[in-house]
Amino acid sequence: MHQSDVIVVGGGLMGAATAFFLRKRGLSVTLLERGLCGQQASGTNFGNVRRQGRFLPQLPLANRSREIWGRLPELIGEDVEFIRTGHLRVGYRPEHVGMMEAYRDNAAPYGLELELISANALRERFPFIGPEAIAGSYSPNDGHANPRLSAPAFARAATRAGAKVVENCEVISIERGVEDFRVETKTGDIYRAPMVQVSAGAWGGRMAAAMGEPVPIQVKGPQMGVTEPVPYAITPVLGVTTKDLPEVIYARQVTRGNIVFGGVGHGPADLDTIRARVRPEVTLQQFGQLKRIVPALAKLNIIRVWSGIEGYMRDDIPVMGPSAKVPGLFYAFGFCGAGFQLGPGVGDVMAELIATGATTTPIEPFSIARFAEKA
Amino acid sequence: MAAPRVVIVGAGPAGVRAAERLVAAGLRPTVVDEGMRAGGQIYRQQPPGFTRRPEELYGTEAGRAVAVHGAFAALAGRIDYLPETLAWNIEPGLLHVARDGVARKLPYDAVILATGATDRLLPVPGWTRAGVYSLGGSQVSLKAQACAIGARVAFLGTGPLLYLVASQYLKAGVEVAAVLDTSPASARFKALPLMASRPGLLVKGAALMWKLRGVPILRGVTPLAIDGDDSGVTGIRVKDAGGREHRFAADAVAMGWHLRPETQLADLAGVPFEHDALSGLWMAQVQADGRTAVKGVYLAGDGARILGADGAEIAGTLAATSVLADHGIQVPVAEVVELIGRRAVMDRFRRGLLRAFPWPGHLAAAVPDDTLLCRCEAITAGELRRSASDLGAPEVNRAKALTRVGMGRCQGRYCGPAGQEILAAARGVALPEVGRLRGQAPVKPLSIATVVPLGVEDA
Repeated sequence: MHQSDVIVVGGGLMGAATAFFLRKRGLSVTLLERGLCGQQASGTNFGNVRRQGRFLPQLPLANRSREIWGRLPELIGEDVEFIRTGHLRVGYRPEHVGMMEAYRDNAAPYGLELELISANALRERFPFIGPEAIAGSYSPNDGHANPRLSAPAFARAATRAGAKVVENCEVISIERGVEDFRVETKTGDIYRAPMVQVSAGAWGGRMAAAMGEPVPIQVKGPQMGVTEPVPYAITPVLGVTTKDLPEVIYARQVTRGNIVFGGVGHGPADLDTIRARVRPEVTLQQFGQLKRIVPALAKLNIIRVWSGIEGYMRDDIPVMGPSAKVPGLFYAFGFCGAGFQLGPGVGDVMAELIATGATTTPIEPFSIARFAEKA
Repeated sequence: MAAPRVVIVGAGPAGVRAAERLVAAGLRPTVVDEGMRAGGQIYRQQPPGFTRRPEELYGTEAGRAVAVHGAFAALAGRIDYLPETLAWNIEPGLLHVARDGVARKLPYDAVILATGATDRLLPVPGWTRAGVYSLGGSQVSLKAQACAIGARVAFLGTGPLLYLVASQYLKAGVEVAAVLDTSPASARFKALPLMASRPGLLVKGAALMWKLRGVPILRGVTPLAIDGDDSGVTGIRVKDAGGREHRFAADAVAMGWHLRPETQLADLAGVPFEHDALSGLWMAQVQADGRTAVKGVYLAGDGARILGADGAEIAGTLAATSVLADHGIQVPVAEVVELIGRRAVMDRFRRGLLRAFPWPGHLAAAVPDDTLLCRCEAITAGELRRSASDLGAPEVNRAKALTRVGMGRCQGRYCGPAGQEILAAARGVALPEVGRLRGQAPVKPLSIATVVPLGVEDA
């Protein structure tokens, strides 16, 4: 029998960061991971440390997270390749410029300063941007990091800080007892704690349903790809301000030279086989959008594509906070393909919430109760 | 019932014979090939304007080469032939190809993957120097372009190809500095019972050794380093079986340890894999008749099992008969039985070869920490070992995620086999336990300039 103050179910970036920050607050914590920490969406996503464009009520959380990203190598003792590069979104049509202006004005009260750049200035400052772009919105303090390293690094930091991190340990049931939750794993082990956090990503919906709180979650795979390495020239993370999914493209160049990209659409992902595929036609459609935003990319080859398994809520807003039904139960999942930047902040906020019963960062919009009310 | 749409990937001996058999049954298959002309790697044809005779190009195999080329030429007009075309991805019922910057989808009811093989490599200190080539690459250079990789070439590795390419270089007038075989001489005798299944090949082997008389040949060597300076290779150092160090001056090195099947398409198609203890390689699961566990996906040739060129011809015909039978087209039972019998002899010989020229996994596991393992991403053997120890990577895909080993443009085709040995040794586990690198599209680098022509893609 294993006893701790908190059991965290799921060792993605959310769970690993929560375990780390719980230890910082002195709580004993057991992290149970079905496979290896950070192996699913946390490790396969684009790696955007982006606040620009987020759902506005999410910005306080994103700001808190951004502050942690900036302290990362020292805080966790490992480099996860976070760099502040700036984040640039371009627009192709006048309505895109309107969207950029509105977002800039609405984001300003949250402390996110965005700079709108005219077509000429855009070409001058970022000469690689294609002629179709008529404006840009630049967020100087956003950047990117390596998703393959981030969650494993947080999990190791949590271990060094005293957390018990158990990998290859699938949770098969969570039951609320009188004092403690009883968490059973496929390996036949029983873990007990008065508090449990479900941070199981795309699989979180099943766990919430098992606890009596079903949520509308859809499982999809991002469509990622990477080019061969070329000299480092594209500093900011690139994106497009648009409402049309087929022209969404995002790209970033890592300092070693490869350009990582994604967008245009999603592919199928399966919770049971734990496989997600890249649809070949999406890869080809991405080529068109890559050439549109940076025409010189036509000279490069892609060398690999991949996908992952992400949970998307119907309203495109994550589930985060206390259970509306079960005392001592907490959720942090369903980050709708946009959780990577939030990860460290989610860990910090959830640890604060679990340890103190409240958090200074507003998270009410993410409450699971929003689905119960509509039911 | 409409005739099944059959796509063959590869126009080497397996692909050509598969196409020939399908045409004989009245089908019109599509043949997709990366090469400019049919023949594959083994029977690669020289570019237009080159006039060497088949005997000069293919030596003792000239007759077979000419026959395969002739068989393919006879199919003109009865197949759809797409040369210089990359099959970059596959889905159930759809093969994705690209040629000259234009992408196409080829719908299929059956696909025969005859994708051939590439060299299996072992990192040696200095192996990334200019002037170091794979054995297969050095042979292609000679065969296709009449170019040698150097004026004084050392050959390192093991397997029949080591001796064959050395003799071809010698014949081409190149000085052969040495043939350095990592297999001990004793292994060959132990393997004789299996290799006796093809006495003709043993005779050819003996003739090959006669051609190499006068060339220093060392067996049971341990490679130490490929030396060089700014201009490239200057020599190679090895330890012989008795522990004595030798150095051979050379301006180029050709190296290879047998071949490894090209299995990316099979992998992307979802064919299950199994670990083959004899070769140390992960292989796609395939029946002798080319069938796989995935409906509509068939494997033939060295891309399935390394049976050599004549074995590939048999496997190609066999896979075609399986396709026909699965689509209700009658195939004489005697034909299949005879082909499977001949294939079994080849497979027995294959196992003999692997015993005679074993893959030196122990050498791979002992590659020095500072030696580059993954050339594409510039990762050393030591970095991979640290991912196993400090970062806890239990298998190769996790190690890839943490270190980038196998993440580059070759997707682990060159570093994968050695990387598995290094990781297994670092973890103290058996080789199969560290698994295999999962492949991802594109099978080979694909240009972002590639376009989908409007209105044509829905074939």
